[in-house]
Amino acid sequence: MLTQSLFYFLSFLAIFSALAVIIAKNPVHSVLYLILTFFAITGHYILLNAQFLAIVNMIVYAGAIMVLFLFVLMLLNLNAETEPQKPAYIKIAGVVSGGLLLLVLVGALKTVDVSGAGGTTATDMGLVENLGMVLFNEFLLPFELASVLLLTAMVGAVLIGRREA
Amino acid sequence: MIKNLEDTLQTIQSIPLEHYIWFSTALFIVGVIGVLTRRNAIIILMSVELMLNAVNLLLAAFSVHHGDPSGQVFVFFIMAVAAAEVAVGLAIIVMIYRNTGSVDIDIMNKLKW
Repeated sequence: MLTQSLFYFLSFLAIFSALAVIIAKNPVHSVLYLILTFFAITGHYILLNAQFLAIVNMIVYAGAIMVLFLFVLMLLNLNAETEPQKPAYIKIAGVVSGGLLLLVLVGALKTVDVSGAGGTTATDMGLVENLGMVLFNEFLLPFELASVLLLTAMVGAVLIGRREA
Repeated sequence: MIKNLEDTLQTIQSIPLEHYIWFSTALFIVGVIGVLTRRNAIIILMSVELMLNAVNLLLAAFSVHHGDPSGQVFVFFIMAVAAAEVAVGLAIIVMIYRNTGSVDIDIMNKLKW
């Protein structure tokens, strides 16, 4: 019972702060609401007993990526006055398109039968120990390639971001 | 009999997979609407992050329900790629701001300036 009420609380928190991200006029407020969304999603991971993902989500998303966003926003000195706005009819068209996509997805997913998957059981699968075993046995090559990807991204970001000499 | 009762209890207490599907769908749609309605390039990047997170959560939920850890490893890789994507994307946005003095995506419809 407690799990369920926690699930609904976290879901509503995540969806409302996600809506606040795209509604807020001030970009800095958007980033702060996005951090709230990520914390709610971290709570979902903890509910799923995926502890490794919960910690990684908190450190990588709420920690690193959001600080990057905040830094860039404050570096560029963006605020509600400089915020470009789309005309109202484009906003309405965007919301209607999103609603239609929601309609299609709900219609498609209503017929999906997931009863074969069984219920969530408290397994210790999401612990660092077990995920590490899988990561370094089955997914060793992708894991090493991810480091190359991150290095490439770092070099690219430095190259793009530096001032023209 | 007792085992059966325990299983039933567990299923009642735990959250059905459908709820995760509906929640992730809603979060994904919010991200889509954000991309369609905003003009600030940074907010569009943030909406893309929202969509990525919705998909990540659904992958993790499916992984737990199936008892297969590969799904969670995949989420980990998605996070690594998302970090790289954000770093490069923000660098591009900073460069565009330096050249045009704005982060409005409607200015960048000619691919040159």
